[in-house]
Amino acid sequence: MTFSLSGFLGQLFAIVLALALAPLLTGWVNQCRAWLQNRGAPPLLQPYYMLHKLFHKDVVLAHGASSLFRAAPFVIFGCMVLACAIIPSLSTDLPFAPAADALALVGVFGLARVFIALAGMDIGTSFGTLGGRREMLVGFLAEPALLIVIFTVALIVQSTSVATIVETLAHRDFIIYPSLAFAGVAFTMVSLAENARVPVDNPATHLELTMIHEAMILEYSGRHLALIEWAASLKLYAYSCLGLALFFPWGIAERDNFLALLAAIPLLLLKLGIGGFLLALIETINAKMRIFRAPEFLGTAFLLAVLGMLVKLLLENRV
Amino acid sequence: MNAVIPLSAQLINLFASVILLLAFAMLAQRRVLKLIDLFALQGFTLFLSTLVVAVKTGQSHLYYSAALTLTLKAFLLPWILHRLVRRLHVKGEVEPLINIPTTMLIGIALVMISFNVALPISELSSSIARGTLGIALAVVMLAFLMMITRRKAVTQVVGFLSMENGLFLAATSATYGMPMVVELGIALDVLVGVIILGVFFFQIRDQFDSLDIHHMERLKDN
Repeated sequence: MTFSLSGFLGQLFAIVLALALAPLLTGWVNQCRAWLQNRGAPPLLQPYYMLHKLFHKDVVLAHGASSLFRAAPFVIFGCMVLACAIIPSLSTDLPFAPAADALALVGVFGLARVFIALAGMDIGTSFGTLGGRREMLVGFLAEPALLIVIFTVALIVQSTSVATIVETLAHRDFIIYPSLAFAGVAFTMVSLAENARVPVDNPATHLELTMIHEAMILEYSGRHLALIEWAASLKLYAYSCLGLALFFPWGIAERDNFLALLAAIPLLLLKLGIGGFLLALIETINAKMRIFRAPEFLGTAFLLAVLGMLVKLLLENRV
Repeated sequence: MNAVIPLSAQLINLFASVILLLAFAMLAQRRVLKLIDLFALQGFTLFLSTLVVAVKTGQSHLYYSAALTLTLKAFLLPWILHRLVRRLHVKGEVEPLINIPTTMLIGIALVMISFNVALPISELSSSIARGTLGIALAVVMLAFLMMITRRKAVTQVVGFLSMENGLFLAATSATYGMPMVVELGIALDVLVGVIILGVFFFQIRDQFDSLDIHHMERLKDN
């Protein structure tokens, strides 16, 4: 792999774009959700105002907080930035991409999850512990499903590198893969669970019986909270980009193709806009599940992913 | 790798996979009315896949069976079932005998078995859609599973009809459909079967005040 200047600039641009766009995507989803629920919508830039406000506030630390509690936001934020750097959103020419393939990417998400759960437990409040436990429950069920989805796609492309997957899928003759339909449904379910979205968790609630993500970050304030909120936005952005890269890779630029890179930006915005609206729609038409139904939900996702792989082996392996 | 698969075969594979997906969705569904809607959707997908086979092979009798599938399985039978459920005031929740995650696990095992069993058989076939034979078998098995694990008579009938969908898919994928007379006969059988079972529902409910077929285990001659 050659380390070209254009590749490096493209990589830098992708990261900056992710950092800038992620809160916008969150704001867009919140806005769509408000419209669909007949509420007055918050401004599109509300997440930026939030971040701005939080970064200017002082940090209040609990008495029992260890250094882990202070380090966790930075680790989580770093993991999410790395994930956004690996997943091709605009171009497949990413010098960072060999750092981690799709499987390691799942590991990066896992690392962030472990840290946020530990930080939640670190303070010793009952809510933090409860949130941490629930997060690990959801995580350990969602991770295998995500892995099987990635295996299915990797079987089609014969590579686990996300950049290679996108390159192969986007730039060859159009073939309908039924297995990708299964994998797509499974991936959607996993993303809903991983991003603390409605059927599994509600990002807007602070009701103690139902919250997962919010329960873990109750004790955070100031810039720590800002980093965690930003990381949550980045995670949503990373999952959206991963979904687009695996299932709708068309329009992502190839190596050394500057014009395609320019065309990829509005296309990405369009795809994210539609994806965000669909997410808001899913969140509106579904009711939040009881926490004990979450294993069933994620078990279904896992089974669908396995089914996708079986269908791949049955239908698509012979010429 | 496999760029030589023609578009029609790809479409048939896709529709067959959607039918399998819907079979799983039916297995996981807890509400009776949603279950019937899923069944209608499965019938519609079956119609689409039959239509693709018909267009590809140009056999006229497949057009008829596609039309028959559309009217019967996508509209008429779901409509009858909807009416029945509403007239019988069936409670919304389906009560499975085994909990749903376990049912799904058994379902996956069944899919694996059917895929393995169907593989050597489909090697013998020369039709464009031979790969879907395994899926058709899996749909039949899943429908069986639904009939076994559900307690209510309505769900069992939906399972029975879904099984017929699987058999129909198998027929079109392996041999380009059955002869017209057979197909007409089966369609009529299914229709009459549903109507008779509808009458049975009323009888069962009058007798036991419930559609739970477990009450029938205690039937005795007095």
